[in-house]
Amino acid sequence: MIENSQPKPKTIQPVAPQTKHVSLVTRPRKILRGVLAGLAIITIYSLATLNNGNLVFADAFKSLGVNLNAMFLHPGVGQDTFGQLLRALVTSVSLAMLTTLLGAVIAFFIAVGAARNLAPSWLATTIKAVMAFIRAIPTILWVLIYSVVMGLGASAAVVGLTFHSVAYLVKAYSESIEETSQDTIEALKASGVGFWPIVFQAILPSIVPALLSWTFIRFEINFANAVAVGAAAGADDIGYFLFMAGSFYFNFHEVGLIVYLLLAVAIVLELVSMKLRGHYLKHN
Amino acid sequence: MKTSFQSPQQFFRQRRLRLSVVLIILIGIYVTSMALVNFQTWTSIAKIPAGLIWLFHNFIPTERSISYLGPILYQLWRTLLVSISSTIVASLFALIFAILGAKTTTPSPVFRIVIRFGASLLRNIPVVAWAMILLFSFKQSDFTGFLALFFMTLGYLTRAFTETIEDLDAEKLQALQAVGANYFQCVFCGVLPEAASTLTSWVLYMIENNLRDATLVGLLTGTGVGFLFDYYFKSFRYDAAGLIVLLIAILVILLELTSTQIRRAIA
Repeated sequence: MIENSQPKPKTIQPVAPQTKHVSLVTRPRKILRGVLAGLAIITIYSLATLNNGNLVFADAFKSLGVNLNAMFLHPGVGQDTFGQLLRALVTSVSLAMLTTLLGAVIAFFIAVGAARNLAPSWLATTIKAVMAFIRAIPTILWVLIYSVVMGLGASAAVVGLTFHSVAYLVKAYSESIEETSQDTIEALKASGVGFWPIVFQAILPSIVPALLSWTFIRFEINFANAVAVGAAAGADDIGYFLFMAGSFYFNFHEVGLIVYLLLAVAIVLELVSMKLRGHYLKHN
Repeated sequence: MKTSFQSPQQFFRQRRLRLSVVLIILIGIYVTSMALVNFQTWTSIAKIPAGLIWLFHNFIPTERSISYLGPILYQLWRTLLVSISSTIVASLFALIFAILGAKTTTPSPVFRIVIRFGASLLRNIPVVAWAMILLFSFKQSDFTGFLALFFMTLGYLTRAFTETIEDLDAEKLQALQAVGANYFQCVFCGVLPEAASTLTSWVLYMIENNLRDATLVGLLTGTGVGFLFDYYFKSFRYDAAGLIVLLIAILVILLELTSTQIRRAIA
């Protein structure tokens, strides 16, 4: 007989698995936190030791407010005429276009030599290293250096800007070329197609959208640089007028007007780039 | 492409036509801008080799320029500090604006429009104009350079951060809301941890960029290594100026390599 008072029969309890501590803090997270902490410490140190030239901040910000008011709410032409400023603006845009076009053409041919799937690896490495060095030096320094060699004026600005554009675009273009699949190139090589036909008939058509979008990005950069460079090289463009109005005549009304003109160009550029990107995204 | 071609011949003819039209337009743009800028292509290109030779002749640092190394390194260090700190401070503000302005986390559409517009305004005012406006109020000090870089970076990072946050999965946010998380929990436990590594790589990119721009800002506001370059350059001490160029290039390349490493580690 089995009675209730009998000791319970042995049952096999499943052993609960050892609880393992799962941490959300993975290695990348730790590195991320370390980097952010490091940057925060550098920032605090830098802000604490920042040389502020014994400024009275309240006064400085008040005068900034007055200047901004003069700039943005009361723009005027100053001692130059509106026509002169427009002409200078056109010069700036042309400067950007010229350097971008020149840079793009030169950069494409260099990029063919810098792409690992087309050129021998020693050549690609050398070109990439040289371009990295040119890119690392700010555009403005190139322009200043060339303004000594060629004299002040447009030529120095064009050559300096082109130099930096080429270095920037070679990197972008060669990376786009390297994305073309090796199979395509090998198939064409096997069927006896020469080097340049491969480049122009197979690779170029497949990377046109990437090239266009990089070139347009560079155009925007070049426009900003053209303004900055005009101030330094005296290329007679809008940057020069900006520099004269801001640093020699202290005419903030004119600075405001020039900033408005530049904003208008920037808005147009942004709209064009949105259209361009939309167009190519749709087709590809 | 929608156009259908009857024969390969027609396809190639069409293609050749389109190519030549594009080429003619590009050449037209080139010639027009050349005339407008008053730039002579061939004479300038012919001068480039001579320029490079002159460059290597005069800009190679000599033993004499070693004596300038102290002040140059100090200013380079200051410039690096200013570019890092302006980026970090700007990124804090940009993060707040981006959360308020992104489509998925905005409290009201009005914020979104105002922030977009403001960021675009800050981004498109050229750094030259910033430097001049600020120089007038803040005089020749590191703080002027800091502010000029700060405003520009704020514009760029607000846009980059907004787009990063908008690219995140909206469904995760909805799931969090469905289980009853409030707005702050959604933002701090849902959005930020996921976006953190992308946001950090944007910050690293901006630091690189700012180091380059800091030279230009320094040139215009009379601070940092840019001013030192201008000073040596204008007093014809080209070897010292060349030393600065070399050191800037080395610093930029080092920074690029470091941030590539960090980006790979946190991805």
